[in-house]
Amino acid sequence: MGLLSDPNRRKALTRLNAPICIVCYLAAIVWFMGLAFEPFPLRTYMSENAMGSTMMEERFSAGDRGLSLAKEFDAHKRKAGGMPVEWLVKAMRARGLEVFTQSFSRKLPFPDENKERYMVGGRNVYGILRAPRAPRTEALVITAPCSPGNSNNQAVGLLLALAQYFRNQIYWAKDIIFLVNEHDLIGMQAWLEGYHHTNITGMEYSPLQGRAGSIQAALSLELSSDVITSLDLILEGLNGQLPNLDLANLFYAFCQKLGALCTIQGKLQRNDWDTAEGYTHAAQTMMLMVLKQACGQSWGDHGLFLRYYIEAASIRGINSFRHYKTDATTIGRLLEGMVRKLNNLLERLHQSYFFYLLPSLSRFVSIGYYMPAFGLLAVILLLRALDLWVHLGAPALAAVDGVTEAEQPSSPGMLTVLTPVVISHLTGVALYLLPVHLQEMVVEHFPVSETEAVVLTAIAIYTAGLALPHNTQRLLSGEGTEQGWKVLKLTALLYLAVLLGCTALINFSLGFILAVTLVPITASITPHMPKALCALAMVLLSPAFTILYCVFIYQELIEAPVSEGWMLFLSVISQGILDHALNGSLVYPLLALFIYPCWLMFWNILFWN
Amino acid sequence: MHFIRQVTTAHSSIITERSNVSSMIKQRCLLPLLSGRSGSCRLCETFTPAPAKDQFQEELVIRPLHSGDIYASFQFRTLWDTDFLQEGQKKVSHYRLFPKSLGQVLSKFSVQELHISFTQGFWRTMQWGQPFIPSPPGAELWVWFHHTVSDVDGNWKELTNVLSGIFCASLNFIDMTNTVQPSASFKPLGLGNATDHRFLRYATLPREIVCTENLTPWKKLLPCGSKAGLAVLMKSEKLFHSSFHSQAVHIRPICQDEQCTSKAWELRQTLNVVFDHYTSGQGKKEWSLFKMFSRTLTEACPLASSSKVYVDITDNPELSPATPLLSQAVVLGDRRTYSVYDLTRAETFGQLRSFNLLLRWKGDNMLRPLLHAERYVAGFGLQTGEIHTVIYNNHPYRAFPVLLMDSVPWYLQLYIHTLTVTSKSRDNKPSYIHYQPAKDRHRPHLLEMLIQLPPHSMTEVTVQFERALLKWTEYTPDPNHGFYVGSSVISALVPSMVAMSTNFTQDQPLFSSFVPVKEESSYFVRVYTEPLLVNLPTPDFSMPYNVICLTCTVVAVGYGSFYNLLTRTFQVDEPSPPLAKRLANFIRRIRGVPLLA
Repeated sequence: MGLLSDPNRRKALTRLNAPICIVCYLAAIVWFMGLAFEPFPLRTYMSENAMGSTMMEERFSAGDRGLSLAKEFDAHKRKAGGMPVEWLVKAMRARGLEVFTQSFSRKLPFPDENKERYMVGGRNVYGILRAPRAPRTEALVITAPCSPGNSNNQAVGLLLALAQYFRNQIYWAKDIIFLVNEHDLIGMQAWLEGYHHTNITGMEYSPLQGRAGSIQAALSLELSSDVITSLDLILEGLNGQLPNLDLANLFYAFCQKLGALCTIQGKLQRNDWDTAEGYTHAAQTMMLMVLKQACGQSWGDHGLFLRYYIEAASIRGINSFRHYKTDATTIGRLLEGMVRKLNNLLERLHQSYFFYLLPSLSRFVSIGYYMPAFGLLAVILLLRALDLWVHLGAPALAAVDGVTEAEQPSSPGMLTVLTPVVISHLTGVALYLLPVHLQEMVVEHFPVSETEAVVLTAIAIYTAGLALPHNTQRLLSGEGTEQGWKVLKLTALLYLAVLLGCTALINFSLGFILAVTLVPITASITPHMPKALCALAMVLLSPAFTILYCVFIYQELIEAPVSEGWMLFLSVISQGILDHALNGSLVYPLLALFIYPCWLMFWNILFWN
Repeated sequence: MHFIRQVTTAHSSIITERSNVSSMIKQRCLLPLLSGRSGSCRLCETFTPAPAKDQFQEELVIRPLHSGDIYASFQFRTLWDTDFLQEGQKKVSHYRLFPKSLGQVLSKFSVQELHISFTQGFWRTMQWGQPFIPSPPGAELWVWFHHTVSDVDGNWKELTNVLSGIFCASLNFIDMTNTVQPSASFKPLGLGNATDHRFLRYATLPREIVCTENLTPWKKLLPCGSKAGLAVLMKSEKLFHSSFHSQAVHIRPICQDEQCTSKAWELRQTLNVVFDHYTSGQGKKEWSLFKMFSRTLTEACPLASSSKVYVDITDNPELSPATPLLSQAVVLGDRRTYSVYDLTRAETFGQLRSFNLLLRWKGDNMLRPLLHAERYVAGFGLQTGEIHTVIYNNHPYRAFPVLLMDSVPWYLQLYIHTLTVTSKSRDNKPSYIHYQPAKDRHRPHLLEMLIQLPPHSMTEVTVQFERALLKWTEYTPDPNHGFYVGSSVISALVPSMVAMSTNFTQDQPLFSSFVPVKEESSYFVRVYTEPLLVNLPTPDFSMPYNVICLTCTVVAVGYGSFYNLLTRTFQVDEPSPPLAKRLANFIRRIRGVPLLA
């Protein structure tokens, strides 16, 4: 560790800085892409002892009854024009559950054009199956959303059939809550907030009457056809949180046992890992997971449970053109098996990993394997900062014979650094606050809808931030000095390193994607480079364009038409803002309040004079 | 076992009883003398020698519930006319019907009153109404010690360990960290006017699992064991195939006779069980003794002075065989009618010599118990939380006070300043609060409040807490399961349904119906809420290894480089002279000429 104290070695560090950085960047990309190569990641295995063997026999046989209930539910849903509350209450009560309802209402900050809603009001219906001789301390939740139109009827039907079957069993040790929620995530949020008696998103709801202790795990079921070809497991939750890996293992184990096709990210598992197609397939699956996790929204109704320390996953039935079909009875058995295993739990799921990426259902990349990829990127920022620090220190070292550190040049630097930092952050605050608050004014003056107004205001503020006069420090402290931009860049580099580091700890995917795009340009930017070219490069690697690329890559990966990407980009922005307001997703504030201002500071350096 | 021994050694026991009787008579004369009441001693002199007055009664009450479930409640009562707590009393060594194991415990630890219950499941007040004898999930033990006991805590500790052995339960986990001394909620139920709650100890173990190994020792306390009488029905595979199972032992001193000149000990063993009509009845509301217990009754316990089966027929279930004997009683504020089957009479068993009761009914109307309560933990995350206790008063027009008792383990650090009591969204100030803060690792929080419940209202009691960080050895073997907080206890005098009824069309004398308040105007109810399961911040127990590795690395790298930086002296490094110069200097040194600079 004489690296820093020895002036000669410092010089070596400076000299080799750029090559090391380039090597690090390439190594990070290669490492990350290598994670999907099958020999590298570990095989999944069940860590939880209580869920270990699959010795029990699934006896559920009322799949057909579930389907007829689904039809009945559909008819009543049409008649009621929404959630058929009375029918559901009656149906659940007839199956021997304790039934309760909860009504809620929520006014969105601006109309949601994707789901066509603004003032949302609805009711959740849930029935509790009381476990015999259990003191109401633990519970499991099975949910099915009541969706508009034809979708998810079978999920509700199967839920009721399962409730009836479960009610007749004696082996339950935990209460089981069967929940049918309206308005997908909004209803789920209302129910969870009601259950935990909190209010974090400004929802209005009626208090819950019946509870069943602390919820240990939850499964959300989405099923829209009588037979399915495969079951898709959805794990990504709010803010990129994932449930314990054992839940995925459990699902996989039962799919294997019952011979149901199971997918993750809608992709089947392939066995030919040694071919190029096999690798690409795994890499695509992992990339999809990274993209979904990075966007920080909840990809199923399960996602909101994770905040409450409840392990949850969504299971979605997919009906494609494959010949091999799975019927409702098998899905019912799969759920029965999973719920019985969860019922056996003695402790909360905690044995297995909480931080992982899945290139397929049978392989996983744990935090220890993927973190180095991010670490290599973060090291670049630190190396550059070190380089700058050495440069800042070097002339002073020569002048005063290396004994005392030079203090003179950095004291005027204080003001030169502070001004751009403050301005950038004020722009960030404007980007965070104004779109939603100015929507009425914008709608008044321009012929756009509220949603468009919000999105366009956001884009306008984002663009306006680039045009801000970034040289105000000249008014305060005179000509921008060489020393000045170096201090600013040093600050900005360290700031970015801390930001990305913290983000990656919570949501690796988001941190990694931001690092991949932000690190190269921020590491290399100086005021002495050709302005036009660098400005173009910086804009193309700015956070907004990162989102755009992600949208395009996502479209490409799910084999959707890429041309829709532009429209999707706009809706992603509005959904991000809505998600923050409705569910408390943190991606929008993170980007607006921290990442974007940080990027602006580098923009400032480019135009330093 | 006990019973067999009784039968085979009947002769010898009579002889030993004789000698015992004479000493008992002496005691009876002594008793009032010692207690300063001389008047009643005249009674003793006229007392004729008689066999020791042990008595045993057994009883089974079957109540069809509104939800379609069926509730069976066994009660066995053993009375013993002796008082071994009295000073100057010789040690009692002869036991007939009263179990010796318990008798010895009572006298050794000077127990005044003892209540112990083991419950598996939660009594669903909303569907089942009030139980005859309420009990919280898990194990509950409360004991009043005699006022002569000097070291109550020591006695308590030993007593719990002994009971742990007798009942095969983990009562030895009761220690000072989960024992409280309620000031008002638990008053003695028997004789004695003890009000000094220093002699009271109360503890619950919400986590205790109750199973056959607890039932067997409990059955052994019965004079007939499970060989004869009602206890024959107690087959564990059926009893534990139910929605609720609770067994209890209550011991208290009561009066021997109406004048109450001397004390007798009452041992009441109760067993309550609720069978689920759904899982075992296939949805039909039809039950028989055989279906419930997979046994029928063939005889009463020969040692029992009374042995009866009561069936609640208030809601007109169909009964077969029918019985002409009816009994009316006001139970828990409600007038109920019971069919009575006397097992001591041969005709009850009919031709087949076996009594199998068949019961068919239609339960429908929803029950609305006047008082019920629930409790839950609000909030999320592992730092803070809030305990909510919600108490419902469903009486349409009467307010009544309830005593709420909460005992919270020390590792939930209550913020007592956040305690709020609200009824009908208005602040409801408790008229009495007794709060004893916890001491870390020594004693739990105890909170007792007297709250007036307005009519037809919901009262919410909330208090915030912070979760403590335990030492790593203090975690249970399954720390991620969570930690239990015992049930809250709500004791109340609830206005009676009978008094509430305004239906004067029933044929009753006019003079009795003008003032609606009757002697049974209110009844005592104890309601237990559900226990709570709270997760505490739990370390990853594979972590120590990681931590050791990490800290070693950090210390080695960090300390090493810092030490290096701090101790190194910096010098201007003189560039080494070129080779030619060094050669020249070498030659000059040999020659003795001054060196080149």
